[in-house]
Amino acid sequence: MNDSTLFRRLLIGSTCAWITLLALIPFLMLVAASFLTRGTETLVRPEFSAANYLHLLSPTVFSMAVDSTVLAAGAALGCLLVGYPFAMILAQASPRAQSLLLLMVMIPFWTNSLIRTYALVMLLKADGILNNLLVGSGLIAEPLRLMYTPLAVFIGLIYTLLPFMILPLYAALKTVDPRLLEAGRDLGAGPLQTFWRITVPLTMPGIIAGTMLVFLPALGMFYVSDILGGARTMLLGNYIRDQFLVFRDVPMGAAASVTMTVAMGLLLLLYYLASRRSGRELVQ
Amino acid sequence: MMRWLQRLYGAGVYLFLYLPLVVVAVFSFNSSKFSLAWKGFTLDWYVRLWQNTTLMTTALNSLIIAACAATLATLLGTMAAFVLHRYRFAGRRVLFGALFVMMMSPDIVIAISLLLLFLALTLQLGFTTLLVAHTVLCVPFVATTVFSRFHSFPTDIVDAARDLGASEYQVFRHVVLPLAAPAVAGGWLLSFTLSLDDVIISFFTTGPDYEVLPLRIYSMVRLGIKPDVNALCVVMMAVTVVALVLSRKLLKEKK
Repeated sequence: MNDSTLFRRLLIGSTCAWITLLALIPFLMLVAASFLTRGTETLVRPEFSAANYLHLLSPTVFSMAVDSTVLAAGAALGCLLVGYPFAMILAQASPRAQSLLLLMVMIPFWTNSLIRTYALVMLLKADGILNNLLVGSGLIAEPLRLMYTPLAVFIGLIYTLLPFMILPLYAALKTVDPRLLEAGRDLGAGPLQTFWRITVPLTMPGIIAGTMLVFLPALGMFYVSDILGGARTMLLGNYIRDQFLVFRDVPMGAAASVTMTVAMGLLLLLYYLASRRSGRELVQ
Repeated sequence: MMRWLQRLYGAGVYLFLYLPLVVVAVFSFNSSKFSLAWKGFTLDWYVRLWQNTTLMTTALNSLIIAACAATLATLLGTMAAFVLHRYRFAGRRVLFGALFVMMMSPDIVIAISLLLLFLALTLQLGFTTLLVAHTVLCVPFVATTVFSRFHSFPTDIVDAARDLGASEYQVFRHVVLPLAAPAVAGGWLLSFTLSLDDVIISFFTTGPDYEVLPLRIYSMVRLGIKPDVNALCVVMMAVTVVALVLSRKLLKEKK
């Protein structure tokens, strides 16, 4: 065996090794734990049970899961509705402006989301900026009670996750060939028709990627719910955290996490199908 | 008319993104302690921050973990990108898929799977576990950044080097790596900010011996707003902006 073959084997081998050890095995452990039973002395007992998944369907847990899903899906939809027109404007700006405008989206994207959530508190508090403005301008007589409501959590999720929607949409819009839009117009399509029948289908991978990047974290961001929503458990993330750290019920927390991963799997499948249809792999 | 509407809309979205951050920045210089009323300019909160040893220690912890995790992630990520770019082997598509799934996985799932691994290995939660977890978080981002750079330069150079008798290691060390250097550095900086940005993974994978800044801020924020938190947030935002602007410069160069 010569040195080059050795080098090649060493690189491939060590890459596969760390992925197996640090990604594959932990994930398999998570799946395994979700089918085991909670122990008294040890955290889990090696006894097969599907009870954890059945418990997710019990009325209180199920309604929390539904609420969390609605909140996260609402945040994803909100981000899409706000982000799509914005990404279109961004993609059409002059190259010089684009670079700066894009950087200005990336700064919040990379800023600690806990800090951004905290920043939102200053705005939404009863004696915060927003209420001061509204009362001061005479639009409302009494300060609005925004903090510690589902609405505040909803606003918080949109606020922290909006850049995660804008960036993949922007990337997808940049790959749309302008000649296709021209061809559509030449063939007699109006602006609305070119949008719905050319732009939207071609950017579907970006739409799904953005939805995934908003929806999944939105299910998990327990600190947004803690800081803006108060003590009530509003997100699946709060539930998972409490199972691990408060109730010490590892199998139950694992089952809830696996459910989230299944949701991710479904979205990834959709993404794969959409990018095959639009004929390009955005990731690569 | 349409143009103005577009500009107005764009400005509105930026206002939404930036107004809260600007408010925090402004109030970090406000001398009033409790109310939101402006009582005059002060740097007191920054001085207090500097003198607060627990906060400074956790800040240092965060920077150390970010630098170490970024370095490890850059090594592993660059290696993965090179493997994917240069070699064709049986599990290549699986490896690709695995990195993509890792990048898309919700933080809480990554955190909890790794927590289970650490518990099974009976590791004490602290510096090492946090380092491993943040490295896992960052590697896919480095791998994709560096991989796309590998893809953008001509393959002839590598073939030429091979024809002239370079070994695989020499190709990697003297041809591919220098060409990809800006992307590697950019990947390091992205990892650095990614690690500083993280809350959820730190929450589950570190112990009381090694507290990091976001967790400290989390417990402070839950107790109510204090002006030195504002100052701290501004400092962290500044670090993020500097790292981000640098990484953009590096990634753009020679494109």
